[in-house]
Parts: sequence; structure tokens; C-alpha cells
Amino acid sequence: MTKILRKERLSRDVYRMALEAPDIARARKAGQFVILMPDDGFSERIPLTIADADALAGTITIIFQAVGATTRELAAMPEGGSIAHLLGPLGRPTDIRAHEAPVACVCGGIGAAPMYPIVQALKAAGNRVAVILGARSAELLILEEELRAIADDLVVVTDDGSRGRKALVTEPLKELCAASPAPAEVFAIGPPAMMKFCAAATLPYGIPTLTSLNTIMVDGTGMCGGCRVTVGGEVKFVCVDGPEFDGHAVDWDSMLRRLGSYKKEEAHQCRLAEAAERLREEER
Amino acid sequence: MSDTKTPGALRDAAAALRRELEARPSLGPKERRAIPQQEMPAQDPRERRGNMEEVALGYSEDQAVVESLRCLGCASRPCVAGCPVSIDIPRFLAQAAKADFDGALATIRAASMLPAICGRVCPQEKQCMAACTVGRIEKDPEKSVAIGRVERFLADRTRSAADRTRSPAGSPRAASRPAPKAPPTGKRVAIVGSGPSGLTAAADLARAGHEVTVFEAFHKPGGVAVYGIPEFRLPKAIVEEEARSLEELGVRVVCDFLVGRTRTIRELMGEDGFDAVYVASGAGLPKFMGIPGEDLVGVFSANEYLTRSNLMKAYDRGRAATPLYAASRVAVFGGGNVAMDAARTALRAGAAEVRVIYRRTEAEMPARAEEIRHAKEEGVIFDFLANPLRILGDEEGRVRAVECLRYGLGEPDASGRARPVPLPGSEYLLEADACVVALGNESNPLVTATTPELAVNGRGNILVDGSGATSMPGVFAGGDIVQGAATVILAMGDGRRAARGIGAYLAREPS
Repeated sequence: MTKILRKERLSRDVYRMALEAPDIARARKAGQFVILMPDDGFSERIPLTIADADALAGTITIIFQAVGATTRELAAMPEGGSIAHLLGPLGRPTDIRAHEAPVACVCGGIGAAPMYPIVQALKAAGNRVAVILGARSAELLILEEELRAIADDLVVVTDDGSRGRKALVTEPLKELCAASPAPAEVFAIGPPAMMKFCAAATLPYGIPTLTSLNTIMVDGTGMCGGCRVTVGGEVKFVCVDGPEFDGHAVDWDSMLRRLGSYKKEEAHQCRLAEAAERLREEER
Repeated sequence: MSDTKTPGALRDAAAALRRELEARPSLGPKERRAIPQQEMPAQDPRERRGNMEEVALGYSEDQAVVESLRCLGCASRPCVAGCPVSIDIPRFLAQAAKADFDGALATIRAASMLPAICGRVCPQEKQCMAACTVGRIEKDPEKSVAIGRVERFLADRTRSAADRTRSPAGSPRAASRPAPKAPPTGKRVAIVGSGPSGLTAAADLARAGHEVTVFEAFHKPGGVAVYGIPEFRLPKAIVEEEARSLEELGVRVVCDFLVGRTRTIRELMGEDGFDAVYVASGAGLPKFMGIPGEDLVGVFSANEYLTRSNLMKAYDRGRAATPLYAASRVAVFGGGNVAMDAARTALRAGAAEVRVIYRRTEAEMPARAEEIRHAKEEGVIFDFLANPLRILGDEEGRVRAVECLRYGLGEPDASGRARPVPLPGSEYLLEADACVVALGNESNPLVTATTPELAVNGRGNILVDGSGATSMPGVFAGGDIVQGAATVILAMGDGRRAARGIGAYLAREPS
């Protein structure tokens, strides 16, 4: 059992939780994730990024968007409550290098959560880091202050212009790529389509672009193969070979299709969850 | 072994036969050989393909006694050598024949902590039953004494007795568990993985007086017995019970702990103070064929398909949050037990048509004969001498068909089996909306990648000596991570060997 020490709502359906997990807090590095299962009985195992950790306090932070049945179940759990199962840290840590030229980190929506520890690690290695933080609209932006505090530059964009520049993240990214010195490396984390377009944006400039994939996963330990993706024509497993891959080599269309594997089943689960929520509210 | 008799008829026939046999003053070898093999009562195939309950129902007491009386008690005892953990089979059969069921189970438990699992999933016809003198005389190992069925009866008998006496808060068992334990040695052993191999080593080491901690990455102990083997072949309650019996021996089981990531082996042996480690981390990444279309939606490894259904209970659609892909025509690639499990799971998940595509013929199939028979009875269709060439998708990238090529049989290859030879121009199309690839696993890279001291072979399997020792002092390994793809009982044999090796190592090492 893992205790939920703190819980807060960052935006309409995005939550931050601090969990008591001393082993994971001590072992984790930037880029790694956990798999958790809210309840022992019939819950799903879902992968979530470790957004921060405090090895001394023995805690990790997770940030998630309550969009599916399981993330909603998690969001409904109270501070002081317990998560049945938590496994980690999983995946390979980010390969952090020190560069002469700046590094650009592009976050789309909830992608700011996995990006935060990467920016921390890049800064700790002595890099100059420019962060582009984007979301559909202002209320979906998260970690703006936290990122501003550690990044050398922060550009905020929203699709609807409700905060920062009215643009997609690829616009300021292309500007950075065209500037001198161009970024030595780009990290892009967010929805798959956003990562795909970021990779496409940096390709003409030949700038190495790392993306962090969040695929369907069951065990997360290199056993089930559900998380497989095609990278540079080869089959790779996100849980043990990733989660970060060269964005220019990822077969995005194949990955996007596979992410939709359970569209029908998930729609059903979500309707069930919504119905349950309505019932609970009616009872209150 | 006909499949027409009802469980009731089998029970009644055995009761009458037992009375008759017990009325005789003695039984000579000839009379014993005349006793018919007791058929395993099973759920009706038409019913069971629609439920997840266990297919084989288990012997009645009379059946177990009658079957045990078939043992000739021969002097050479070849069955014991055929058992990877050397259970004293003739002894437990003789005890069971005299209805000394507690004694018989104690005989088994002296060598195996997991009789309810082994009685169900061991390939006896390739091990103890392959060596059995009765089967040799009949020239058919399937006609040997049905050792595993008696073993299962004995294990289940105490389990159901324990269920009857279960106190609300207390442990379900007491009397039936012989746990002769050596005095504490003060040595601590970490076991990586709670599958059959890890649990066997844990039991042996705990009995030897060592303090044992088992680390399991999943949220439940049991390894392949929990995530891989379906409920209808091995009920999960049985695995839980067997794992619990280890905790009664003082073994600590820590779930949600991934050695290699949560802690490395070096950390376990360093700051965590373990004196030895047994790595039994099991299967790794599933093998795919490398054919076009394997990334389509609806293509699964058997590992994933079975883990969703078994560990995550996806078959329970109403309650499980983990989905199982809905498909009406499922093609399963492969010919082993895992392929049979996947095919039978697909039927139970509601598929109207399930086909197993296998390159060779039924005779070469690595699956147990019983599993193949059960699959056929339930309506699984077999395409022998065929192999998938590519998987075709619809405009949404979902599987719609499989193109296969037919094969003929050629000269025997290195394995001694006839080599399948492709027949050019024999391509054919199978409609399918899901494919399950059951072609085995690569080795799991996690422990070895984070422990460079461990020597591995070209396939990533850990190299060990005759005692299970790896290249890293104090670290032993066994099961699938060493053998590639082994069976439950071979993995258990490795666990036993490593426990002996670790015992000897700890006796040598000063504290």
C-alpha cells in the first residue's frame, strides 16, 4: 500500500499527488515512470510519469489527467488514502548531456509533468534550457511557475490565445531552431500528435529530438510487449528500451493507431465511470 | 481415454472397482496391469468453452486409490529419475493406494512445495510418466500410471479439508503442513521472482534455516502460474494458497518490487545485507515474427493476451478495468501450451472461431497432448503445416486477415523433427480480427542490463554452472532466465538445485 500524502488539483482535470515511496524516491532518475493500480481487485495497471521526487523525505510526485476510468478512480482517492500497488522506477533514465548550445524543452499539456525532472537534470548538468510550454487553453497549462523558476527562458503558448502567445508549440520551436546558436538538442513531450509535429519541425534543421512515449502497457517490466513501437524500422519496447526515443525515427502513425486499440472498450468504461459519478453526486 | 463418460459415471465405476480390488487378498503385477487407467473427470466441452472454471475436475477418492493401485512398485523406480525434483513417486502411490492420503502428501511435500500446481501443469507424459514401467509395457506414456492426477487429488484433498475448517481470522491450514525447519543460520537470501522456480528455492532455503525474502514485480505472487496459465487450467486461488504456505514457512514475499530498477542486485548484496541472491526473473520480451502487419491493432503477444485475461481478470468484463480486445475470429500462431492457453482463452472471451496456425503437424506440437485434446473438444480449429506470411489491416489499421503459406514435411532437422518446407504458390487468406503470437520469449533484459557482473550468452540468458552459480559470487540463477523457455517443473528443478548451491555457498562463506 502506498499512502497519498498530498493531493491538489492543478487544472480542471489535472491532479498532483505526493506519494510515500522511499525506494522509488531514492532510485528514480529523470525520465522514469511508475505503474500503479489504485485498487487491488479489478483496477487496471497504468503507467504515470514521476514528476518529481524527494529522496530524503522518501516521496515522489505524480501528475495525471483524469481522462480514463483508472485516472478518474485515482483522482477520486482522498489525501491520506492509499494506492493498492505502485511499482517503479521503470524505463531508462534520460540520457542527460552537457551542451555548449542551449537545449529546448517543448511541453504539450500534461507533458510538462515528465518534462519538469528533465529540465531539472539538464540544468544540474550545466545546460542553458529554453522551455516552450503549450496547451489548448490557459486552464490546461500546468507547472508554469515551477518551470519558470528553473528554466533560462520560458515561452507560453495556447491554441486559443487565452494565455501567452496564440500559437502551436511548433511555432516558437521553429524560431528557436532557426536562431543562432540553434538548440543542441530538443526534448518534446506531450500528446503523440504534438510530438510527431515537433519532430517534423526539427527534422529540416537536423537537430536531435527526443520524445517520451506513453503507450499501452500492462506489466511495464519487459514481459507483455503491449508497448511495442516501431523506431527506425525496428520493434522497440517502451517499458525497457524507452520511454524516450529519437522522434525522427518513431513511426508515429503506427503508434497513434495502436493507442486507439481499446477505443470501444474504453468508451464503455468511461461511460460506466461517468454514470457512477453521477449517482454519487445525486446521493450527495 | 474416451471423453464421453460423465464425472458421476467415472466416480461410480471407480467405487465399484475399488471395492472389488480391496476384497482381493493381494494384487500381483498382472492384476495391477489389468486395472484400467482412471479417466480425469472434466467439464462438458460445450459448457466449459463458455466459462472460466477449471476444465479438469479432479479424481474422486476411489479413482485416486484405484489409479495408485496400478503402480507396479517396480525395483528400478524410473519415475523418480524422470521427475525434475525427484519426488518419491512409488512411495506416495503406495501410501495413496492404502488410503494413507496424509502420508502420501507428506512424501510429495518433502520434495515439492507446489503439488496442486504441478499435479495440474507438469508435462508428466514427458517426465515421470515417460519413464513409468506400466507405460513402457503399453508402449504409450499416456497409459502410464496417471501420477499427476493422483498428486493433484492429494493436494486438493487437504485444501478442501482446510476450506471446511477455515476459521474466520486464522490460517486455513495447520495439521497438513509438515514444516521441519532447521535452526536459524542468520544468513539472508533474496529471491528475484515469485514464479515456480523462486518459490521452490524459497521453500528449500527457508527450511534450511535461512531468512528468505522473495521480490516480485507484479502485484501478486506466482509468476507464470498467475499471469500466464489460465484460470480454467490452474485456478488462481490454488496459486495463492501455495504461495501462502511459503509465508507459513517464514518466507517474506514483497510484491511491487522490481529488482534491477527498484534496487539493483549490488544494492541488495551491499547495503541491504543479503548474503546470496537467486535470480529467477522468468520470461522476457515476447518474440514476434518480423512479418508485415505485426504492428496492426489487434495483434498481441500471448504474454499480453494472457496477462490481461489472467492477472488483470479482463475475462470478467463487468468488473475488470483492464480491457480484452473484442474479436470474433482469432488466429493464434504457435504450437506450444501457451498457444493452447491463448486459443482457449479467446474462445471463452467470446470468439466465434479460433484457429491455431502451426508450421509442423500435430505430432511435432510441443503442447501437451491433453491440452491439444481439450482445445479440439472445445472447438479450436488447427491449421497444421501453415505459417503466416503477413497480417492485413483495414483502413483504421485493425487486423482483418492473415495470409498464410502451406508447408510440407522434409528431412529431420537438428531437433530430430521433420523440417517444414514451404510450398511455393500455396498462399491462402484467413479472415481474422485478432492475432495472438505465441512463439516464445527472449530473455528479460532488466536484471542483466543493470548487473554487468552477470555473464550471459548470446541470447541474453544468464550463464550458470552445475550448482546454479553465476559469474557473480553469491548470485545464482535458474528457470526461464537461464533456460530460455522451460516448464514449470524444470524451473522448480532449477530452484531446488540453486537452493542446494546457495546452501553450500553460505556454509563456505564466513558471516
